Amino acid sequence: MTVLARTAEVTRRYGDVVALDRVSLDIHAGELVGLLGPNGAGKSTLINLFVGLRKPTSGTVELLGGSPADPVVRRGIGVTPQETGLPEALRVGEIVDFVGSHFPSPVERGELLARFGLEDLVRRQVGGLSGGQKRRLAVALAFVGNPRLVFLDEPTTGLDVEARRSLWDGIKAFHADGGTVLLTSHYLEEVEALARRVVVVGDGRVLADDSVQAVREIVGVRRVTLVADELPELPGVISTERADGRVHLITADSDRLVIDLVRSGVPFSGLEIQPTSLEDAFLAITAKESAHVA
Amino acid sequence: MSRSLILTHTKYQFIEQIRVPIALVASAFFPAAAMLAFIVPYAGDNPVAATMSTGSMMLFAVMSSALMGLGIGVAEDRAQPWDPYTRTLPAGPLARFAARLLTNMTIMLLAIIPVLLIAAFLTAATVTPPRLIAGIGAVLLGSVPFALLGLFVGYLLPIKAAIPVTQLLFFPIAILGGLLSDPTSPPSFIAAIGPFLPSRGAVEMVWSVTTGFGTNPVALIMFVVWTVGAAAAAVWAYRRDEGRRYT
Repeated sequence: MTVLARTAEVTRRYGDVVALDRVSLDIHAGELVGLLGPNGAGKSTLINLFVGLRKPTSGTVELLGGSPADPVVRRGIGVTPQETGLPEALRVGEIVDFVGSHFPSPVERGELLARFGLEDLVRRQVGGLSGGQKRRLAVALAFVGNPRLVFLDEPTTGLDVEARRSLWDGIKAFHADGGTVLLTSHYLEEVEALARRVVVVGDGRVLADDSVQAVREIVGVRRVTLVADELPELPGVISTERADGRVHLITADSDRLVIDLVRSGVPFSGLEIQPTSLEDAFLAITAKESAHVA
Repeated sequence: MSRSLILTHTKYQFIEQIRVPIALVASAFFPAAAMLAFIVPYAGDNPVAATMSTGSMMLFAVMSSALMGLGIGVAEDRAQPWDPYTRTLPAGPLARFAARLLTNMTIMLLAIIPVLLIAAFLTAATVTPPRLIAGIGAVLLGSVPFALLGLFVGYLLPIKAAIPVTQLLFFPIAILGGLLSDPTSPPSFIAAIGPFLPSRGAVEMVWSVTTGFGTNPVALIMFVVWTVGAAAAAVWAYRRDEGRRYT
């Protein structure tokens, strides 16, 4: 498989803070990769290195066979601006034209706007758009230049469910046509719905890198739910949550948990054991990491 | 590709400027007011003095527009998330630099129109059409090192520092270059220091093409030296800038 973007042993420091610590990562043509991690984990730094906004302190970053610092290389990528910064005085159509003029074969303006449900807003000034409309415009800008690889940093933050799903359809369509996507998100549901491959970063390092399925299994965590009033301290529980009258326990060893639960003599009912969601896996990975650090 | 990108960046920067016209009004008001307050009553009757003073005032105006407009404008833009985004687009520093300079020049041209009208109707200033065109060209050429210094400050410093630093650069350079003094017999410290500042070479070019004033070669050479130095500093600051520390 062709590698479209790669970091090799990349370290990036800001003064004394190590944002990325010897990260090696390959993004292959045709992949849809979800980048997960808590705030401050290094996700944004990683994306900024790929799109040429920052340089690594050490190690190398490769983009489409060249350097991200080379403008010609960047003709092959698309990036989403933060919608809060779109120039308010410009019209929607003008911003699309401005961005498109940088690329050799941009998508036709009307077609692009239609793809993101913005066709009625061509003449509107950006300052007058709603937050959701700005967000959709920002995501649309990543696709103006017919890129091979797009970087979407939290593309649907702040959108309602319907708008989010329609953006997902746009991203899926791009991917189905052979496009490559690197996506960060606050919503694990989003990564689960879109990505095939998940990279979990924490404290500047790659903690897990595999398929969505495999990341869930690597962790081997299970969700144990039951109805109980009060539970004793149980070993091996990663997180406890009460919802809808049930207690949800995440654990790496559900057999052990059930034995301990029975032995404790606490009354309970309605025991269920389920495979975990990506969210549970993510929690488990980062919890293990912080335990390891402490 | 590069030339059309310069035009594209210029076009949209200019559209943004004229849709918020208060900045334009401010840059046109200041030199016009200064003309009415200082030049018309004191040097208005002497054709050569009025013509040279008009040149000084136009340069004073474009200097402030270049140094402060660009220095503060760039620092302000850098604080917006749109700026790092445009840096991910496939364009080198040239398109953005050149577009900023061209946009700024267009605004300066609009801003000096009131000065010219005041000079024409309210003073004895006199100039032939070819000398007028050459004079405007010299004013624009004279603004280049200040525009580059403005870019340097804007890319180097955050907005809160850029405002006082551009002012600290602007007033001494303008005053010591002799823009506010009698052109033919400046105070001795200005005569001594002036030629080493870019403002002197710039204003002498304007005087020379409009009135046939004899220029000082040292001032012209130093003008070129400042321009080259400011260009190198601006490119260096642009490359060094990585936006805000955490984005």
